[in-house]
Amino acid sequence: MSEHELDARNLLCPLPVIRTQDAVKKLQPGDRLHVHCTDPGALHDIPTWCRINGHGVGDIVQQGREIVITVQVVAGED
Amino acid sequence: MAEQRKAVALISGGLDSMLAAKAMLEQGIRVEGINFFTGFCVEGHTHAIRRQDAAKPKRNNALWVAEQLGIKLHIVDVIEEYKDVVLNPKHGYGANLNPCLDCKIFMVHKALEWIDAHGFDFIITGEVVGQRPMSQRKDTMPVVARESGAEDRLVRPLCAQNLPATLPEREGWIDRERMYGFSGRSRKPQMALAKQYGFTEWAQPAGGCCFLTDEQYAHKLADFWQGRGERRYELDDIMLLKVGRHLRPRPHFKMIIGREEGENNFLEGYRKQFVHLRALSLEGPLALIDGHVDDSDLELAARLVCRFGKGRDAERVQVVITDLHGETRVMDVAPLSADDVPQAWYL
Ligand code: SF4
Repeated sequence: MSEHELDARNLLCPLPVIRTQDAVKKLQPGDRLHVHCTDPGALHDIPTWCRINGHGVGDIVQQGREIVITVQVVAGED
Repeated sequence: MAEQRKAVALISGGLDSMLAAKAMLEQGIRVEGINFFTGFCVEGHTHAIRRQDAAKPKRNNALWVAEQLGIKLHIVDVIEEYKDVVLNPKHGYGANLNPCLDCKIFMVHKALEWIDAHGFDFIITGEVVGQRPMSQRKDTMPVVARESGAEDRLVRPLCAQNLPATLPEREGWIDRERMYGFSGRSRKPQMALAKQYGFTEWAQPAGGCCFLTDEQYAHKLADFWQGRGERRYELDDIMLLKVGRHLRPRPHFKMIIGREEGENNFLEGYRKQFVHLRALSLEGPLALIDGHVDDSDLELAARLVCRFGKGRDAERVQVVITDLHGETRVMDVAPLSADDVPQAWYL
């Protein structure tokens, strides 16, 4: 179990989702990925991506323009 | 028990691909979705940028569709490879700069690579014979199947009954009778099928699934190539074409002017790559200059940018100009009047 950071700031959707998806592929079940983004669309899209692909969504923290979404990796991607 | 067959469905976020995927789920196929991000896709971007649109939902339609269907979705970044499709389409363009036939071939080919890599059996698209003038004609359907390399592993459930049997039909993995024979431009059969499946909501992209079908966008893209003297682009270039007012006051430079706060914020992110200006004494938008400019061009640009800010009726406005090294200077200029800005400058 380990913690990882992903910088997806200044990217517009769907790029933050694509970067999240590609990062999660390299992680193990139980790992957590903190995705930093600025496109408010990510507030919607990253949790949706997690739900449909079977991953968990942890804290969502918004500080000014920056949003940090925590993805809990559940299944190994196939 | 027979092995469960697996298919990947091209999911655009619109109704047709949603119905096509659903039709295969109904036949017991394990379906996963694939969506290609070309950089031109009509998605939340402009909504995400413009502050006045902030209250509207900014969902990604492909993800939304996947969730409605209960399938996984793989979003694939094809920005680099897609450039060749846009720049050199073998089959040419549609009404604007949309290379729809080459685009379809490219996407089905990418899906084919994906199914081969992931051990899936076939590909599903929401194409309908006669639905679109360029890519979905009776004579172009086989072209997509052949030139993509997918051949008879490409299934179009919405119009399968009008097309030759595919491998999954011949193998008995799917039943031709439980697919459809839609054709033509009418949307009624899709609406009826949506109702039958219990779908009450879907996205309706006007014209097409990407900005290349948009006349104004295509005009700006053609102008961009002409201004740069070469047909090439990076992701940032095509993103910037979606934002702000674009004006070309002289052949050798154009200006991108934010229309509201959200766009100004977005353009801020690019300001280090461009000479840029903004009114100092009276509030006004941020403007980026694309091209090489001398002092008289800068004066014109400064007078023009005032036209779109609070200083438009002032006698003089001070404008800060920042060059590519971050050095600033202030110019004191008279704003252009509306009559001084010919319509032809607007892209
Ligand atoms: S509208 Fe755009 S994305 Fe859709 S087929 Fe045509 S070129 Fe491709």
